[in-house]
Amino acid sequence: MRKNALLWQRARVIKAIRDFFWERGFLEVETPLLIPANAPEEHIDPVGVHSRYLHTSPELCMKRLLCRGYGSIFQICHCWRDGERGGLHLPEFTMLEWYRSDCDYQQLMSDCRDLLQYLVSVCLPDSPVFRHKAYTIDPYAPWVTKTVEDAFRGHAHTDVWDCLEKGLYEEILTERVEPALAGYGAPVILRDYPEQLAALSRTMPDNPMLAERFELYLGGVELANGFSELNDPVEQRKRFEQANFQRRAGGLSPLPLPEPFLKELADMPPASGIALGVDRLVMLMTGSDSINDVVAFVPEEL
Amino acid sequence: MYTVADLKKGLKLTMDGDPYVVTAFDFTKPGKGQALYKCKLKNMISGVILDRTYRSGETFEPAQLEERQMEYLYKEGNHYTFMDQQTYEQVIMEEDAMGDAPNFLLENTKVDVLLFGEKAIGVTLPNFVNLKVTATEQWAKGDTSGNDSKPATVETGYTLRVPPFIEEGELITIDTRNGEYSTRVKG
Repeated sequence: MRKNALLWQRARVIKAIRDFFWERGFLEVETPLLIPANAPEEHIDPVGVHSRYLHTSPELCMKRLLCRGYGSIFQICHCWRDGERGGLHLPEFTMLEWYRSDCDYQQLMSDCRDLLQYLVSVCLPDSPVFRHKAYTIDPYAPWVTKTVEDAFRGHAHTDVWDCLEKGLYEEILTERVEPALAGYGAPVILRDYPEQLAALSRTMPDNPMLAERFELYLGGVELANGFSELNDPVEQRKRFEQANFQRRAGGLSPLPLPEPFLKELADMPPASGIALGVDRLVMLMTGSDSINDVVAFVPEEL
Repeated sequence: MYTVADLKKGLKLTMDGDPYVVTAFDFTKPGKGQALYKCKLKNMISGVILDRTYRSGETFEPAQLEERQMEYLYKEGNHYTFMDQQTYEQVIMEEDAMGDAPNFLLENTKVDVLLFGEKAIGVTLPNFVNLKVTATEQWAKGDTSGNDSKPATVETGYTLRVPPFIEEGELITIDTRNGEYSTRVKG
């Protein structure tokens, strides 16, 4: 597809996302892009601007809106992550996030199904499927759901806890598990992540070793990451401090803690939220091999 | 010293004493996980290709490579000798490193020699060289068989397809990048 046609399809997809959430009563919000502190993460480097940071995700401000009583909200915005550049990565990219009060991550999984089916029906009426390389992914086919433990055991014949301990998690995931997920022909949900990978998610009430977190894969491409939100400020502070400890251990500078967020977190109702990469979504809806194809400019051209 | 952020196609680095060039590169990063930098690395001497995955914090030694214009002097056994015309310094290159260059190389031809430290590891020829045809069949005038080329051997021993009108003893220009006939040099 030519760039012109790709950018038109991109615009249609973004409009359809808006229509989907507006029709379901979500409030579209815009939160600040330049903030004093992101959620510190071991493996995400924010871009600093005059002693502030461009946000790596709108999650902190959106969760503060949940604390203030806004129940169903969504946002489409740019996010920045320093140094991330590859066939599926841009250091400045477009994110869709949505949040809901009074539900857990199961609700988000069904939101994902509704959204993907809606998008193909509106934007790809003649051929309502997603494409990646040689794979066709039908959002109307039965979705595949696997726990992370099962996916590692079934597709890499290894134990995810063991991989984490040996520092092999990312390699096994990207080299063995994700390629295997590509072959299903339907969207795949990987769920229930080991607590080391919980980030800002809640652990399971009956099993503190696992987090209520899931990722959505289409054709082996990681498209979205959602979870039941942690709303315990004490535990959240511990995790931020742990992330900074790991950063120091890895030779990276620690990051400031988002204190106003931690203060407000105690008021957050049970809620869940999800982030979805819009550029990757457009890739999958246009059968593009590289993220470069679906944006007006890549950083190297600027 | 290079870091993982410097990795890209074409980067040249030293590993275990050999120069390598990055021939393919991809950045992957599973959600919330550590970034992986996946490379294909080609050994610039042996041609062997390796797959390597690096993580943040790893560093690489740049490959000290230098290209110098030199004159080809002579061949002895499996060794080709070149001389830097400024310094009169001579280097010897093994046949393996020459690639298909011997097909187009006459004594006293000026070429670019790639040096890794002291070691000559590759040669870049001019894009076009003129070589004399030493053997080719006579073109039968009025031949209507429709053949628009015939084999010819040049003074280096290299054989290629040339147009029917080329005769023994003529000088032809060859494109060294694909080894094909380019034009006849008019005497």
